[in-house]
Amino acid sequence: MGNKQSTFRDDQLDEYQDCTFFTSKEILRLHGRFRDLAPNVVPLDYTNNPDVTLPSSLIITMPELKENPFRYRILETFSEDGEGNLTFYDFVDLFSVLSETAPLDLKIIYAFRIYDFNRDGFLCLEDVEETVHRLTGEELRVEERRLVARRVMEEADLDGDGKLSLIDFQNMISRAPDFISTFHIRI
Amino acid sequence: MGQTQISTGNEGQVTIYCIDTDGDSHGGGQEMERESKNQKEKKTEKGGATRSRRRRSEERSEERSESSRDGRKDRRRGGKEGRRRGRQGKEEEIKKDRKNNKNEKAKKQLESNTNHSKSSSSSSSSEEEEEGEKEKVGDEEFVVGSLSPEELERLKEAVDERKKLITTLRGKPWPMRKKLPTLRESQLFVEKYEGALGKGRGRKLYAYKVMMRKKWMKFERDLENFKTACIPWEMKIKEIESHFGSSVASYFIFLRWMYGINMILFSLTFGLVMVPEALMGRPYGSIPRKTVPREEQASAMDFAVLWDWGGYAKYSVLFYGYYNNQRAVGWLKFRMPLSYFLVGVGTVAYSYMVVIRTMARNAKEDGGGDDTSFNFSWKIFTSWDYLIGNPETADNKFASITTSFKEAIVEEQESRKDDNIHLTRFLRVLANFLVLCCLAGSGYLIYFVVRRSQKFALEGLDNYGWWERNEVNMVMSLLGMFCPMLFDVISALENYHPRIALQWQLGRIFALFLGNLYTFIIALMDQINLKRAEEEIVKFNMTAWQANLYNGTIPENSTAPPITVDPADVPRGPCWETMVGQEFVRLIISDTMTTYITLLIGDFLRAVLVRFLNHCWCWDLEYGFPSYSEFDVSGNVLGLIFNQGMIWMGAFYAPCLPALNLLRLHVSMYLQCWAVMCCNVPQERVFKASGSNNFYMAMLLVILFLSTLPAIYTIVSIPPSFDCGPFSGKSRMFDVIQETLESDFPAWFGKVFSYASNPGLVLPFLLLMVLAIYYLHSTSKTYKHANLELKKKLQAQSEENKKKNKLAAQKAANDLEQAKIMAAAEQQEKEEKQTNNNASRRGEERVIAIAF
Repeated sequence: MGNKQSTFRDDQLDEYQDCTFFTSKEILRLHGRFRDLAPNVVPLDYTNNPDVTLPSSLIITMPELKENPFRYRILETFSEDGEGNLTFYDFVDLFSVLSETAPLDLKIIYAFRIYDFNRDGFLCLEDVEETVHRLTGEELRVEERRLVARRVMEEADLDGDGKLSLIDFQNMISRAPDFISTFHIRI
Repeated sequence: MGQTQISTGNEGQVTIYCIDTDGDSHGGGQEMERESKNQKEKKTEKGGATRSRRRRSEERSEERSESSRDGRKDRRRGGKEGRRRGRQGKEEEIKKDRKNNKNEKAKKQLESNTNHSKSSSSSSSSEEEEEGEKEKVGDEEFVVGSLSPEELERLKEAVDERKKLITTLRGKPWPMRKKLPTLRESQLFVEKYEGALGKGRGRKLYAYKVMMRKKWMKFERDLENFKTACIPWEMKIKEIESHFGSSVASYFIFLRWMYGINMILFSLTFGLVMVPEALMGRPYGSIPRKTVPREEQASAMDFAVLWDWGGYAKYSVLFYGYYNNQRAVGWLKFRMPLSYFLVGVGTVAYSYMVVIRTMARNAKEDGGGDDTSFNFSWKIFTSWDYLIGNPETADNKFASITTSFKEAIVEEQESRKDDNIHLTRFLRVLANFLVLCCLAGSGYLIYFVVRRSQKFALEGLDNYGWWERNEVNMVMSLLGMFCPMLFDVISALENYHPRIALQWQLGRIFALFLGNLYTFIIALMDQINLKRAEEEIVKFNMTAWQANLYNGTIPENSTAPPITVDPADVPRGPCWETMVGQEFVRLIISDTMTTYITLLIGDFLRAVLVRFLNHCWCWDLEYGFPSYSEFDVSGNVLGLIFNQGMIWMGAFYAPCLPALNLLRLHVSMYLQCWAVMCCNVPQERVFKASGSNNFYMAMLLVILFLSTLPAIYTIVSIPPSFDCGPFSGKSRMFDVIQETLESDFPAWFGKVFSYASNPGLVLPFLLLMVLAIYYLHSTSKTYKHANLELKKKLQAQSEENKKKNKLAAQKAANDLEQAKIMAAAEQQEKEEKQTNNNASRRGEERVIAIAF
């Protein structure tokens, strides 16, 4: 494969495969997708790890993310700078966690980070309200949103501190029947 | 540059991690921290170095790995002594090292080290650190040579831990920037110390083992890559997923899974039954069962006959009757009848295994999703389908999520009032009654049609047209097509929640299909009995015919060579097995045809009409009445399941069935993918897919069981035809096992087998199994109970926590209040005192004044 030689070295591919849930072919495809976003910025040759960062406004044009109500949060979660601008490393990370083969535990941790809008390490009432807001738009009134958020706290907050910690979240979501099947993006 | 950032950004983290892996190493950790601090200082000093950055960063990662390792070493050896030693003779040590170092890794490291010192010699203050580095290299070499067994053990443990880390690294919630250096560092560590473990002759072996393991890992990875590359239709499914969400895609994934299973079944029957018989068995035309009878030969190649699987198709490897009962065929001495039997059994066994394994895996994955205690939380955090990439689907999804929220809120605020419960009940009963009528009607219709077709068959099919010939299959397919629609209409009466309605619908369709299939089988059984009666007559006639033959030609000498009669002229029995196989093949074909035709007419034609007639129509066709069709996931899945059931049922009598099914599935995949993308719209009510996944699997299991039942019954209880098939001449099909045992295995084996199959052994074994099942069942019940208890406890705990928090808060508030009150009181007191004081002072003053 000529492509293989020019884009990554073999040991690089091995490293990527050790660190992610992708096969070498998929990594090459990911690189292709990354490059398609900005062909003049992203080089074809990645053998010396060029430090290229793509802005979030460019990445959300991907059809995989375009319709997602949490797209900015996803990018922010996975970006190094927290602003949603991704390097290729971050890009690979993002799709590795969201790939079909990633284990449940890992997905839960990242889902928690995504839904934690104010990044305080807990899902508090505002975070949950914001999530509901993203999901339903303006269809629900503010009081209704608050009601839902409060109900969530009642259901899932086990230590009674008024916010969901990662443990609460894990306990709740690991039993959800749909989480593993819907929290993934096929690239 | 990315790399430089990595090392600066993650220095501290790496150190921490090292401590982690070591577990018991506080001293080492400090050591390493010191190192890393030094490195940081160095970095700041070396800011103006002209060397290429990449080079530097590489070295730095080396350094880091070294430093952590050395920290460990030092700690083990009590550190200081070795240090002093190293400092004294560092030059010599380096030389010695060069000589001694056989593995390239160490050499490289040394090189980088010297490089490092060269480059940093410009800055004078960093020399000390350099010394430290060098001394450590020497130190290390020294240590590896003289490790005590205990230390070796610990080193080995560390190596193992690193290895474990490497394999689990991908599951760590770290960013790539952290994972990559960790990976490199661990790999270096492992590489370096793996060779050092083991001594003398053992060392070589160990190195060899390590190398082989590496190769094996590489091989495994390549295999994995290859396997994923072999999974077909990934992109197609992805496209559908992004357009229609995970529920529609789940059908296609199911279809693909089915395709895989059929591939295995096909390779079994094709490789072990069809090909050996075709290549090594007697050729066509050599014996009566392999020849088209004289009276059929004229029309044997007609398309109409072939289409009906008669003529040459009937007398070919495709059907049971063609196979010879010769014990061993070809130069391989291939045991044909045995192979035929075992493949039949293996097909069923394999299917059971796969279905049950998948079910178990699914059950593990969904982790008991029937819990209703997280209603809202699940709605919020799991309802968005991350696969969706199509605006229209996204809109539908938003709408459905909003509705579900509203419903839940309304339910929450007031438990739903059923305004007219009597009417609803009445309607539901009525609906069920209607459905039962439908089921009974369809069952009767099939029975009637099958009976009629027997009449036609007795009178000879040539007198009838196409419809009479294909009546049974057509009626079954049509029923399968229209009854679900009828059920859908009826279910509108019931006013159930959509998800419950879907389950009812599925259950009804299931009952319909099952009923139809079993009526068909019962009718088929009738036919088998008829054929067997016919066979008796043929058998009787056969002896007469033979006698006639012999009488006519060579009456006097019985040892004379047998008369050569053209095999086409020999009279033969009706061969009920082939008949059964033919029926199933026809059923599959007509089923496939109706599926495709409904697809073309119901979806494609409708879409075309709606699309193009919309310009010149009185109302809006696209959003009005006909609209575009939605993809019916449940119906399609059920269709697939039943199709598979027929395959399982008929595969024993028609080895070609898996091949046909494979073809069908292949075409279905492309056709349905195309149809879905071209003429369906996303569902308005987007259902969750995963919850029903195991539901479908359970259905498949039931179907598997129900379809193997009749097949096994016929195999075990009906004697095979006397003149066709691999088991002809035996009283039962499974006699082939006994025959093999007697003739192909040593006598003791047969004896053992007969002992093992003795009822005295089998019955206790069965009993044991029953007991085991009972035991497992009861333990699982206890576990469930314990689980429930725990859940309750957890809930109580959380409530208690909440109460406690509330109480604490209240108490704090009270305290605050009290404190405030106290403070106020104090203040007051003070003030009072002050005023008192003042007053007294004033009084005093007054007194004094008065005194004065």
